[in-house]
Amino acid sequence: MAPEPPLLSMSGITKSFPGVRALDGVDLDVQAGEVHCLLGQNGAGKSTLIKILAGAHQPDTGTVRWRGDPVVLRSPIAAMRLGIATIYQELDLVGHLSVAENVHLGHEPTAAGFVVRRRAARAATAELLARLGHPEIDPARPVGRLSAAQQQIVSMARALSHDVRLIVMDEPSAALDPEEVDNLFRIVASLTADGVAVVYISHRLEEIRRIGDRVTVLKDGRAVARGLPAKTTPTRDLVALMTGRTVEYVFPERPAPAPAAERPPVLQVRGLARAGEFAPLDLEVRAGEIVGLAGLVGSGRSEILETIYGARRPTAGQVLVDGRPVRPGSVRAAVRAGLGLAPEERKAQALLMLESVTRNVSVSSLSRFARAGWIDRSAERGAARAAVRELSLRPDDPSVPVRTLSGGNQQKAVLARWLLRGCKVLLLDEPTRGVDVGARAELYAVVRRLADEGLAVLLVSSEVPEVLGLADRVLVLREGHVVHTAPATDLDEHRVLDLVMNAHPVASEGSPAS
Amino acid sequence: MTQPVSPPRGGTDKTATAGRPPAWRSLAARADVRTLSLLGVLAALIVIGGVTKPDEFLDTRNLQLVLTQASVIGVVTVGMTFVITAGGIDLSVGAIVALASVWATTVATQEYGVGGVLLTSVLVGLGCGLVNGVLIAYGGMVPFIATLAMLASARGLALRITGGRTQVVTVDSVLRLGERDSYVLGIPPLVLVFAVVTVIGWLVLNRTTFGRRTVAVGGNPEAARLAGIDVRRQRLYLYLLSGLCCGIAAFLLIVLSGSGQNTNGNLYELDAIAAAIIGGTLLSGGRGTITGSVLGVLIFTTITDIFALNNLPTDAQQIAKGAIIVAAVLVQRRTAGTT
Repeated sequence: MAPEPPLLSMSGITKSFPGVRALDGVDLDVQAGEVHCLLGQNGAGKSTLIKILAGAHQPDTGTVRWRGDPVVLRSPIAAMRLGIATIYQELDLVGHLSVAENVHLGHEPTAAGFVVRRRAARAATAELLARLGHPEIDPARPVGRLSAAQQQIVSMARALSHDVRLIVMDEPSAALDPEEVDNLFRIVASLTADGVAVVYISHRLEEIRRIGDRVTVLKDGRAVARGLPAKTTPTRDLVALMTGRTVEYVFPERPAPAPAAERPPVLQVRGLARAGEFAPLDLEVRAGEIVGLAGLVGSGRSEILETIYGARRPTAGQVLVDGRPVRPGSVRAAVRAGLGLAPEERKAQALLMLESVTRNVSVSSLSRFARAGWIDRSAERGAARAAVRELSLRPDDPSVPVRTLSGGNQQKAVLARWLLRGCKVLLLDEPTRGVDVGARAELYAVVRRLADEGLAVLLVSSEVPEVLGLADRVLVLREGHVVHTAPATDLDEHRVLDLVMNAHPVASEGSPAS
Repeated sequence: MTQPVSPPRGGTDKTATAGRPPAWRSLAARADVRTLSLLGVLAALIVIGGVTKPDEFLDTRNLQLVLTQASVIGVVTVGMTFVITAGGIDLSVGAIVALASVWATTVATQEYGVGGVLLTSVLVGLGCGLVNGVLIAYGGMVPFIATLAMLASARGLALRITGGRTQVVTVDSVLRLGERDSYVLGIPPLVLVFAVVTVIGWLVLNRTTFGRRTVAVGGNPEAARLAGIDVRRQRLYLYLLSGLCCGIAAFLLIVLSGSGQNTNGNLYELDAIAAAIIGGTLLSGGRGTITGSVLGVLIFTTITDIFALNNLPTDAQQIAKGAIIVAAVLVQRRTAGTT
């Protein structure tokens, strides 16, 4: 018998961005009526793949077939016309418009071609919401007043308002309570019963077990396993597929630890918490020590760093530098106390893109070069140049505009800023994001050297090997809680991934599934 | 071990300057392209003026008049340049000039002589700037809205003070500043004030921590905040500075016109913004040039003069101004794209 072609079949998809090969020949088959799970670490290529599927990115090579016929998804509208809808993690709703207006945005029912039939739109919306098990949402209500879970329902209603055959859900459970997750799963089940296919992305293995039919695992832009049975594939196998590295980074050697008495704690965090973001946290970083926070997106990593730095106001707890409390919720107090932050979004949060390297480096230390507000520019240049040389930033001429630098060198410019300021504690949020592989080893060496010179370093990264390779001590985070603390040498990637992905941290060894 | 990494002192600078000239020169050259093109436009205007009305335009008195008229709006534009460089906008400058000029010319104020008039102008300017700054920096209001509200209120208050009448200045020492015999080497005192404000403005923007912070706040407020700059205080200072410039300009206007009127400073906000923009200051913030702003003011004032001398109607003059704004911005986008 001739097998029916799959609903969607992607083959040999490649996609490169400047400096990165995001997808390197990915195949994906999705059958009508199945829940197909995509699994992979951050940076494995999941987002790029679903953006291609949504028509938001164009693949460099490869073909997409829809019910056996080759198609080109030239734009989001083209994808939608075929019946592909995507529900992104960051919901794309217009807060000031009503539920009904959002659901029908771009395809409003009209009379005479331009008069919106509001009553018809509301009735149709109410019907969709009822089908999704949420008849209590008022179609006339502005979306901005709804809860995150309700907004997700609206997003789904929007997808269903088209004749949808395939829904892509990017971490739909991330913002939901357990009961809301149950409702989500009911919706998914009723969709698949109607023959709609669902591509489901999640970091939570237990969810994949509950609703998934098949699993495709992505790693470093390749599909390393396709169409595995979701219910029966052992956890250990899935984790092994996600990790097994192909790119080896070179990490600097750890120095022999000096006796603790000689290394006083520089940064002390006591019971620091922010309601709704992370639970009370205690940690210490000693001079010369690199402490890593490992966790997935949404585990509270960046929030913790920004709260320590005073950019967010804590709801409880305190931060001490050299034993002295730092005024909470004040970046200026934190900087004065000796903290420095290399934020996650370098261009948006750290750099003055119109300015030279010198001015980017000196911006936190201006008063040092100024007498009565008057800047001694040659002293400023000299100091910036020395800091830039110290970190072997390329080019070593700090008068060039910072925007002309590569990602790795821009990061070094941020580090040079804090080096010049003479900070005691360096907070690094995803320090190698957007830094190409070759430059990473150099950046790791720089961070280690700064620690050796006496800095206390707190590192956050979604790349587990980076935390394990660079840090001396590792705190593993899961949904705002520290679930494990250990010296980096006592952990491996499997263990950390088990800890961050499973609700029950001790169940990793000898679980009945393996 | 916990010692901060100490910064090198000035001594290391010797080796540092060795590799500098090429990049430094290219930066200077790029800045020069913009300034030179503005100077070119100004030169072309002077040629046009000289050719169309050779006797009147190049007359010393006419040039003194042009510069004097440029002084009032010029001082306002210097303040505006700071605000725009920091990513803000001040729509209330014309209204503040009006309010300051009428408050400083009431009968009661004039009793205190020239000092009273000057002090009142400056204090009223600073007061309005303070309200703007507090609303924007600490009240979280959008600059456009806050200064629009100030525009309406200050004009209203100016009208209430004058009751729509012109308040004539009777203090001799004020009037004398505008007369020919107080010119210094042929330069009117008003133009000297403008020159001093310009030089100070240039130095503050380019050579001080205040200027650096202004540029940082305009270029990337979030990065400035995370770098440890007090963004809100900086914003407060900037609107205070703009208010101060308006106060000074109001005094110049009192001297120039010998009176205070609630209609003073009409549309100064648009003239000042236009001059700053054609000068090369980015409306989105992060880059500002006092030199460019002053050249922008001189270009606009010269155009006005040439049109007036040739008896061309105001409408044609306004159309020409509009065309120049568009042309200048398009040219700048071009040059910004190629470098």
